[in-house]
Amino acid sequence: MSYRVVHYINQFFAQIGGEEMAHVAPELREGFVGPGMALSQAWKGEAEIVKTVVCGDSYFAEHEKEAKAQILEWVKAEKPDMFIAGPAFNAGRYGYACANICAAVQEELGIPVLTGMYEENPGADLKNKVLMVATANSAAGMRKAAPVMAKLALKIMKGEKLGASCEEGYMPNGIRVNFFEKERGAKRAVDMLVKKLNGKPFVTEYPMPSFDRVAPNKAIKDLSKATIALCTSGGIVPKGNPDHIESSSASHYGEYCIAGVDDLTADTYETAHGGYDPVYANADADRVLPVDIMREFEREGKIGKLHDYFYTTVGNGTAVASAKGFAAEYAQKLLAAGVDAVIMTST
Amino acid sequence: MVKEIERAGIPVVHMCTVTPISMTVGANRIVPTIAIPHPLGNPALTLEEEKAIRRKLVSRALEALTTEVEDQTIFEV
Repeated sequence: MSYRVVHYINQFFAQIGGEEMAHVAPELREGFVGPGMALSQAWKGEAEIVKTVVCGDSYFAEHEKEAKAQILEWVKAEKPDMFIAGPAFNAGRYGYACANICAAVQEELGIPVLTGMYEENPGADLKNKVLMVATANSAAGMRKAAPVMAKLALKIMKGEKLGASCEEGYMPNGIRVNFFEKERGAKRAVDMLVKKLNGKPFVTEYPMPSFDRVAPNKAIKDLSKATIALCTSGGIVPKGNPDHIESSSASHYGEYCIAGVDDLTADTYETAHGGYDPVYANADADRVLPVDIMREFEREGKIGKLHDYFYTTVGNGTAVASAKGFAAEYAQKLLAAGVDAVIMTST
Repeated sequence: MVKEIERAGIPVVHMCTVTPISMTVGANRIVPTIAIPHPLGNPALTLEEEKAIRRKLVSRALEALTTEVEDQTIFEV
């Protein structure tokens, strides 16, 4: 008898559609769908996907409670040996859904879970709670990710002891696992030092925890004298996207003058973002970047001034390091221009 | 990006629909919005109703900017 697995994937991997179908509610299908095939093949009959849950990424993010309740009911009825979600690579909402549905199944039903995603995916925030395999940042990494996930899953279902994260391919989860290194410590340390002195890459055996938090700045005292700037990761750009900001993995940001602009219209602005259904933003970009209302507030004297420029990029699969670089740069421009506060909108 | 703006010394409010992601990213002032493809609008409503909602959300964001916070804070609308 083989082990029974329930698999969770999104609308894209189920080939229902892209962003225009991201709103679909969860559905239950028999057997494997899409990426489940690679897992099934790797198990060679030792385990099988009995049911696949398909759910739209936006649906999960916007109706988390309902989605979880429905999926938990299905999984409970199926009594699987394991629940697997994804892999989600660098898809933010998908990764978030995978991590959170895994956490719910593990906590509420006591069924072992596994997911996979890129380490910068926001879903990876739960890596200390949910076992997740580190994958590449795009679906091109499926061929590499599937065998690692399949192997790890089988080990868990068989009740075998897991090795360290670096051996098994899961993200470090704060649980220390002992193993014997081939070389003794002194030699490893010297090797590392030599690599460092030669400017070659090396991997530390004791990474320092990173708590990158910035303390909140003081509040604005008098709004009626404040200059406020609008920024967005929702990809709003002048019609035609003059600077060719990429629809995903953006390599740059845009700086656009809105002096004298009262309203963003379908004829003048659009979104360059490829990670959500663009219909609504293209029809009226104020739905993402509220220039119309800020102008209203400016006229009423509620705010001093809407800054003449807005800063925009596409936050779809864009590397954290890139986003950090963009904002670090335009924040200096905002400072130099005397901007007092920023409203950042995200999709 | 919010963190880099904050780091530069400018107070910033993050308006977004999936607030747990905003918490992960490290935004300090957060205002929840309507939906992923239209955070500050709702195409199911009339243009005027939509503007009224947008006005309410942006007002809330401005309130957040005038409120002192010590830690990450979600300003429910």
